[in-house]
Amino acid sequence: MTPRRKQRLIRTVLYVLLVLGLVAAVVFADWETIRRIFFQTDIAAGMFPEVLTRFALNTLIYTFAAFLFGLGLALILALMRLSPVGPYRWLATSYVELFRSVPALVTILLVNFGVPLAFGAQIPGGLFGIAAVGLGLVAAAYMAETIRAGIEAVPKGQSEAARSLGMRPFQAMVSIVLPQAFRIIIPPLTNEFVLLIKDTSLLFVVGTTPFTRELTKFSRDTMATTSNATPMVVAAFIYLVITLPLTFLVRRLEKRGARGR
Amino acid sequence: MPVVVDKTVAPIQVRNLHKRFGTLEVLKGIDFEVRSREVVCIIGPSGSGKSTLLRCVNRLEEPTSGQVIIEGEDITDPDADVDALRTRIGMVFQQFNLFPHLSVMDNLTIAQRKVLSRSRSEATEVATRNLERVGLLDKIEAYPNHLSGGQQQRVAIARALSMGPDMMLFDEPTSALDPELIGEVLDVMRGLATEGMTMMVVTHEMGFAREVADRVVFMDDGVVVEEGTPMQVLANPRHERTQRFLSMIL
Repeated sequence: MTPRRKQRLIRTVLYVLLVLGLVAAVVFADWETIRRIFFQTDIAAGMFPEVLTRFALNTLIYTFAAFLFGLGLALILALMRLSPVGPYRWLATSYVELFRSVPALVTILLVNFGVPLAFGAQIPGGLFGIAAVGLGLVAAAYMAETIRAGIEAVPKGQSEAARSLGMRPFQAMVSIVLPQAFRIIIPPLTNEFVLLIKDTSLLFVVGTTPFTRELTKFSRDTMATTSNATPMVVAAFIYLVITLPLTFLVRRLEKRGARGR
Repeated sequence: MPVVVDKTVAPIQVRNLHKRFGTLEVLKGIDFEVRSREVVCIIGPSGSGKSTLLRCVNRLEEPTSGQVIIEGEDITDPDADVDALRTRIGMVFQQFNLFPHLSVMDNLTIAQRKVLSRSRSEATEVATRNLERVGLLDKIEAYPNHLSGGQQQRVAIARALSMGPDMMLFDEPTSALDPELIGEVLDVMRGLATEGMTMMVVTHEMGFAREVADRVVFMDDGVVVEEGTPMQVLANPRHERTQRFLSMIL
């Protein structure tokens, strides 16, 4: 058999398998039950509009809180990792390794239960604060590495030019290097934001009130009261609607970045 | 506080300068000076240490030992205010190193405002004057990536001049340029020399050195092999290494 005919045969087999699978799904699946359990329109309709105006909004608020806290911390960590002072570098490296190795859930629980016991005070802002600190501590570890890579991707001549004009190291970093670094790392930072959106679903473990619930917890509670899986499908759909445009944006930015500014 | 500078002392004095990268000794004891209003061209084969010497003058490169005295102040002194001294030393790089995220105007004003604390209007005025001087007033709103290499290098010269330096260092300013763009940059440098700027130029442009330099310094293997007027060094080199180098490039 010639290579071309062989390839054509393989393609045909692949298509046949696909069609057989689809036909089997249509014929053998119990579509009525599937529809009743996953796609109950009246249950879905009953979740609106609060699912958007309150619970999806909570998800976004927690995400932003964690992202901003994490980004600030990550910037400090990235600068520490590039510091000429050894102990700063070791501290930052240890931090990054530690928080990348520990599950986010563990960090959230430690922040929620450990901090009040150790310091005799709750983290201010309730769930908002827990989200910012618990998720932010983890996100900072990842974003610190991203920012460091971005800073190192700016050519050395840039800071040399800034220094040769008399700028102090900090001025050169803030006015010349960081703006260019951030332009490079917008795509990976957006990815980190998407990951955070999904990680806010872990916040249920610290206990929430009816008003502070985020998307997943609200859907889970609704699922329990209705004995139906539709609420979680709604949640999944809303996550998709939020994250998909961001993922598209990242792809576009990466393409633009690849073409050069 | 205005800096009072004695114009009779050479503004750049290099004394017994050594620079070592690991085990590689790049500068092996350089003694050298540039007098006020003098144009000195430094030539030599690649790896001879001429760029390292230039970068030691404003301490972008940390000398291993020796001194560099800028207008009477030792820039290699650990207590020296290096940043303040650098505002008096303009530097032009082989790769231009314009700030790509800033417009031409902002490239010229950012250090004036952040380092010299000039007002926006004052910085803009100085920048405009210097852009005019390099013939690029029409590019004031452009971004560096939209300019040709020759234009970028002229903007880089204008940026350095906007700090009002007493001297200019040029590190192979035309080596990254297409041949047809070299002339416009050399023209600007020639103009500066005519106006009496103190200049130290690392270059491979022998024509420029012959025509503009007051003094030519030939370096090889980390030492100054020979120096003198362009006539002496380029036309009648005494040293065998200089002769060999010139015969290879001319």
